[in-house]
Amino acid sequence: MAILGLEEKEFFASGHRSCAGCGEALAIRHILKAAGEDTIIVMATGCMEVVSTPYPETAWELPWVHCAFENAAAVASGVKTALQTKGNTTTNVIAIGGDGAMFDIGFGSISGAVERGHKILYISTDNEAYQNTGIQRSGATFPFAATTTSPSGKVIPGKSQPKKPLPFIIAAHGAKYVATANVANLFDLKNKVQKALVTEGPSYISVFVPCIPGWKIDSSSTIDVSKMALETCAYPIYEIENGVLKLNHTPTEKKPIENYLKMQGRFKHITPEINAKIQQYVDERWKYLTESNGKKMFDTLF
Amino acid sequence: MSEKKVISGSDAVAQAVKLCKPKVLPMYPITPSTLIPEKLSEFIANGEMDAQLIHVESEHSAISALYGAYAAGVRTFTATASQGLALMHEIIPIVAGSRMPAVMVVANRALSGPLNIWNDHSDAMSERDQGWIQLYCEDVQEAFDTTIMAYKIAEKNNVLLPVMVCIDGFSLTHVYEPVIIEDQNKVDLFLPEYKPRHYLDPKNPKTFGAFAQPNTYFEFKEAEQEAMKEALKEIQNVHKEFATTFGREYGGGLIELINMQDAEYALVTVGGTTGTARMVLEELRKEGKKAGIIRIKSVRPFPKEEIIKATKKIKNLGVIDRHISIGSEGPLFTEIKATLKEENTKVAGFIAGLGGRDISREMIKKAFEIIEKGEEGVWLK
Ligand SMILES: Cc1ncc(C[n+]2csc(CCOP(=O)(O)OP(=O)(O)O)c2C)c(N)n1
Ligand code: SF4
Ligand SMILES: [Mg+2]
Repeated sequence: MAILGLEEKEFFASGHRSCAGCGEALAIRHILKAAGEDTIIVMATGCMEVVSTPYPETAWELPWVHCAFENAAAVASGVKTALQTKGNTTTNVIAIGGDGAMFDIGFGSISGAVERGHKILYISTDNEAYQNTGIQRSGATFPFAATTTSPSGKVIPGKSQPKKPLPFIIAAHGAKYVATANVANLFDLKNKVQKALVTEGPSYISVFVPCIPGWKIDSSSTIDVSKMALETCAYPIYEIENGVLKLNHTPTEKKPIENYLKMQGRFKHITPEINAKIQQYVDERWKYLTESNGKKMFDTLF
Repeated sequence: MSEKKVISGSDAVAQAVKLCKPKVLPMYPITPSTLIPEKLSEFIANGEMDAQLIHVESEHSAISALYGAYAAGVRTFTATASQGLALMHEIIPIVAGSRMPAVMVVANRALSGPLNIWNDHSDAMSERDQGWIQLYCEDVQEAFDTTIMAYKIAEKNNVLLPVMVCIDGFSLTHVYEPVIIEDQNKVDLFLPEYKPRHYLDPKNPKTFGAFAQPNTYFEFKEAEQEAMKEALKEIQNVHKEFATTFGREYGGGLIELINMQDAEYALVTVGGTTGTARMVLEELRKEGKKAGIIRIKSVRPFPKEEIIKATKKIKNLGVIDRHISIGSEGPLFTEIKATLKEENTKVAGFIAGLGGRDISREMIKKAFEIIEKGEEGVWLK
């Protein structure tokens, strides 16, 4: 039975090697359901690629291609262009990479591909670190989170920088559809994927996906942590459609960030002073987003 | 109808590529390869070629897009040089390991450190272990012909390996020579439409680029090595067919022997240096010297047997490398010594032409003298 209008058919077979409770695997499963069978997936190196294709096995029941870590967008542009030369303009091409793949090492590749205007959906499953290589910090790591390369030391308390605003950067390229989503709301994720796929030109979605060992959370708490990210506005979900920003979730009562931080081992070093700094960071971003809600933020080009 | 035109090496390559009908062309400019994508852009802009350019933002993305297009099942082309090839390095073995029959022209140029835009072989030679067939050319017509043959060799079912067509930067890319541009129908018969067995298809979903662990990775590499052995045969077969169809051939495809029938000593060359060496050889022959030249066209696969056969009666041999494996010696020198380990041929290694330094007749003459005397090789500067 289709629940919440979510497709019953599975394209990401069970038996892959992800951790129990992996937010990324959950997102992938539902992205594929939303996209349907006329879809080609291009994937960057990272946890999802490694857990799903130990040769000669594969979890993919859609055509799937992986090349390297930083080039999913470029590979996708080759796939998309090749399809066009065969007269196929309808098959969906989705390039998926982690935050490391899309925010950091593949930034040039995604920027170039978006600028060229291919009709490709780029998705970053954002678990806020290089999880596959053992939880190293990325440009998407949440401020003050402890990772293996931004540990909570006596002098430096975790990651020192804010998150790189990749969705805004992609929107500033002129893409007509950019969104953030959260695995706590799979229906919203599905709608966003489907909206993106009918967008003219390039589109982009960041999906908030908890990582069990990386965030030091219990494998049963993926959805609770994800919900709390929404309720505290730690990871707001929004769309930028034709350059206009629209907030998709406004908590009736915005919860203190502490609620979110205390659920996760990566924040266990957070003192009241740092907590206040994080609260300020979250509040400022939330204020900016609420003030921008409904406003035209970017010119669209495609 | 075929036609004869005086055109540059880059133009000749572009004409050959057009005749081979690749569909996707990811391109990024770098001297001295840039005239090739410029010419191809012109063809497309004028409706003379039915293909799509991808104006990628880097060579890394050029080879990545090429990989994607091959995964989707179409013939592609790209060209690069030096830093561009080095930037592609990460993806070069993935294209080969994925058994994609790509063709790329490398306009050979020195690698930076310091920056230099002129010709040597340090770019392509540094990629020689990555599973690509490497065919080096001596003149413009050969660049044209080799580009067409490259697709046919690469796409053989028992090969399925990518090919680098290596042409010397400037001294081939920017040199004008008369070239016979073949007729489209004739090329179509020689090189049929590309029909891959496996490609990304929603109706028949397959996984490309899986993660191989120690229990399987080894066999992938073994299979590439086997395919290279097949390539040794297929390069010759394709050459034979090319010669019959178009009337031109290059020593059977692997090595070209120049005055080797009665030679007592010989010089091994690769690429454009051969032209100068031929002139010197002519003089030496006039003087009654029993000298010869072995030009290696196929550096990968390395034609060991052919080289052993060609040097059976040779006492002294010399090798000119236009690249040095720093801390060791010229890589061809090493490889030829290893090839001839059971033979009684003395081998001298010469390093020449780094960073575009002219390789003069005098230098080659000197090399021949050293070889004749059985002395150690030197740096020719
Ligand atoms: C060029 C290159 N550099 C580094 C690596 C090592 N590496 C593989 S996956 C990975 C991290 C992946 O992080 P992310 O994209 O966030 O995906 P996740 O594993 O978190 O899902 C790294 C650093 C690599 N494969 N290639
Ligand atoms: S390490 Fe994290 S991202 Fe990787 S499979 Fe486990 S939960 Fe998923
Ligand atoms: Mg990650």
